[in-house]
Amino acid sequence: MNSLRLLAESASTFATEWNWLFWMLVAVCGAVATGIAVLLIYWTIRYHRRRADELPEQIEGNIKIEAAWTVIPLILFLGMFGWGAKLYFEIERPPANARTVYVVAKQWMWKAQYATGQREINTLHVPVGEPVQLLMISQDVIHSFFVPAFRIKQDVLPRRYTAIWFQATKPGMYHLFCAEYCGTKHSGMIGWVYAMQPHEFQLWLEQGGAEGSLASTGEKIFHQFGCANCHHFDTQGRCPMLRDLYGRPVQLMNGQTILADETYIHEKILHPRAQLIQGFDPIMPSFDGQLTEEQLVALIAYIKALGPPPGTGQPSAPGTAPQIPEYEKGITGPRSTSISGSKPGAR
Amino acid sequence: MSEGPITRVRAAVAPSYLTTQRGIRSWLLTTDHKRIALLYTFSVTFFFLIGGIFALIMRLELLTPETDLVSPQTYNELFSMHGIMMVWFFLIPSIPNTLGNFLIPMMIGAKDLAFSKLNLASWYVFMLGGSIVLYAFFRGGVDTGWTFYTPFSTEYSTTYVIPAALGVFVSGFSSIMTGLNFIATIHRMRAPGLTWFRLLLFIWSQYATSVIFVLATPVLAVVLLMVAVERIFQVGIFTPALGGDPVLFQHLFWFYSHPAVYIMVLPAMGVISELVAAFSRKPVFGYLFVAFASISIAVISFLVWGHHMFVAGQSVYSAMYFSILSYLVAVPSAIKVFNWTATLYKGSVSWDTPMLYAIGFIGLFTIGGMTGLFLAALGIDVHVTDTYFVIAHFHYIMVGGTVMAYLGGMHYWWPKISGKMYPEGIAKLSALTVFLGFNLTFFPQFVLGYLGMPRRYAAYPPEFQYLHILSTAGATILGVGYVMPLIYFFWSWYYGPAAGPNPWRATGLEWQTTSPPPPDNFEITPVVTRKAYDYAGMKEELRLA
Repeated sequence: MNSLRLLAESASTFATEWNWLFWMLVAVCGAVATGIAVLLIYWTIRYHRRRADELPEQIEGNIKIEAAWTVIPLILFLGMFGWGAKLYFEIERPPANARTVYVVAKQWMWKAQYATGQREINTLHVPVGEPVQLLMISQDVIHSFFVPAFRIKQDVLPRRYTAIWFQATKPGMYHLFCAEYCGTKHSGMIGWVYAMQPHEFQLWLEQGGAEGSLASTGEKIFHQFGCANCHHFDTQGRCPMLRDLYGRPVQLMNGQTILADETYIHEKILHPRAQLIQGFDPIMPSFDGQLTEEQLVALIAYIKALGPPPGTGQPSAPGTAPQIPEYEKGITGPRSTSISGSKPGAR
Repeated sequence: MSEGPITRVRAAVAPSYLTTQRGIRSWLLTTDHKRIALLYTFSVTFFFLIGGIFALIMRLELLTPETDLVSPQTYNELFSMHGIMMVWFFLIPSIPNTLGNFLIPMMIGAKDLAFSKLNLASWYVFMLGGSIVLYAFFRGGVDTGWTFYTPFSTEYSTTYVIPAALGVFVSGFSSIMTGLNFIATIHRMRAPGLTWFRLLLFIWSQYATSVIFVLATPVLAVVLLMVAVERIFQVGIFTPALGGDPVLFQHLFWFYSHPAVYIMVLPAMGVISELVAAFSRKPVFGYLFVAFASISIAVISFLVWGHHMFVAGQSVYSAMYFSILSYLVAVPSAIKVFNWTATLYKGSVSWDTPMLYAIGFIGLFTIGGMTGLFLAALGIDVHVTDTYFVIAHFHYIMVGGTVMAYLGGMHYWWPKISGKMYPEGIAKLSALTVFLGFNLTFFPQFVLGYLGMPRRYAAYPPEFQYLHILSTAGATILGVGYVMPLIYFFWSWYYGPAAGPNPWRATGLEWQTTSPPPPDNFEITPVVTRKAYDYAGMKEELRLA
């Protein structure tokens, strides 16, 4: 048995504010609960029945007291709501400069892929003092990514990317749990998050044995599956151009406009005919069952890395894209996307 | 409601509902609401014991961090079956179908429920549902959790999901029948003079519960049907691989299951209102506020389901909506707690066993409700949801709340049901045992959840072991506390001293007839001329009794 600890480990920027709110709630609720307990016990003893036929004063109620204990809790509750919502907003809104790590969950393991190509299973290495965003998808049932020391948790869904972000504040080794029941070995779907000093993290990246960046892997898959046959880079043929697609609105045939985020691109590769695009014939075949979630992640990273078409200002060539530092850090436009259309809940 | 033409009826005049007919057929074919209430009591006690055994095995497994007593798969089936049993076959029917069934007609001066055959049919449907679920368990169990989350339940689980869901589906119709019956009865069968605001608060809470029964249960039926259809015919509803949306399942499931939480706790609140009034010998402080709190809880309970899904992938704005409504639904619950406490003030407070349970309820329900405030705070919920914090929270509401109220109510109305008194000394000891055992079991779980221990884990990191040992020790004590009443109630049924019509000198109409009551409850239909809890009006009787 390890030693008993009664204070939760706190190692992220949220954890500090979470602790403040939590202990404030403990204080307020504790004070009220103690008050109720004291009155219950005191009055139970003070007014203990003395005679079997005792008839106490019949008090029906008091409208002023009722009003007070309706309004005062309501005000307290609204305060709790406001503070809780503020913290939630912070957890749900990643900063634009966050480093993106892709996470694929499956029964019963966590697989992480870095933009720079490193991959790991059931561990996640992150630098201290830098925001890290996880873009997560499941290849089977619903899982949930939970790091208690960071006070973060986010369900990981099949066929839809969800995101969570954090900034570690303290080097160390922290539990990673799956928090959504996912079958027989649910309690074995655990791992460790290693928060490291930036220079140590850099060292880890260099020794990570990456065979090229994630986007370059995606580029190989792009050619291997013949995507380039239709999706040309410089001319718009029968297929939409993929350059500069990510983060832009797409006009659908049914009149809706949808934001091209990771979930959109994922869906388009697997089920291209589910949402038809204005101005294009539905000729793309489905790749459902042919690509693993890891390959899809690489493809998406590649498509995200494709800059604007040549001649529109920013220099960009698919082959050289991996060397662009911004992209290495995974800087990619709006992230916590809320799409107009069928998936208003996508984050 | 003390007044009426009848005050006291001699016990020996007419046979009671227990003695009027004999033999097993007279029980299985009865349409007497009191007998059906007893059938339900035996049934839910049986299901509670099964669910309790599952819980005890789980607690033993959790004594050590490794999975050494049962395999992870068996553990998953244990918590699934514990949840299914306890939620649908104990907690939901517990108070409405036993005490509610027995007492609603008596409290409103009626001879029976509006549809007495429907009442019997509801028991058979309930038992059919229970039998199907037991079949699923003994064929090999089910491992989806009581929540049947998709796509695990529809595509990945290889256990008996369909029989388990079918059993729950069937039992839902019993809830709907009961709800309809109660609503019709309370509207149409009140005794002359018994206006809405002369009703006991128990009736108000049962009415609010019945509305939820009727409106929410069909949604559960629909969603379970969809799970079965998807599993059998591979129709894409919830499974993404078939084009479905797994989060849609959660919306539909919680649209039923959050109101269902109030199905479990509203009747308990009704019981506590009766106990606090009877054992303080005063009207419940703020009668109208307590009555309307029940109704507003029932209404708002339909609008808060999304608070189970703050990390499930819904939008930030719908999360805020569900958070604020969850705080609003807490207000009427807080009002009730304050009113019950205030009722004790300047009362004549007795320390009989039912009152010990009632005070225990108020304390535990307060903790359960307040930890709900933590979970409703969005940022806090992100960390504690799906951990032991949630487990502790809802056990404080459902076990610390509902089960305490159920036991308190059973002790309070036992003299009416059986005509006998239970042994007071050992009953006090059992109330104390349950209270201590409960807190030892579940308080450490708040700490576990705060520290980050996820729920539904067969194995866990070793630093959590101390708290799990405490919890298991508490569960053992709690188990003893639950077995004690079972034994002494059984003893008292045969050997207990006669109770007389109104041993507590309480005001409800149910105390105005013999114990046990005659088959038609009252020899003459009572006429009500007073408001509820009118102890001043029964001053004479206080002296006589």
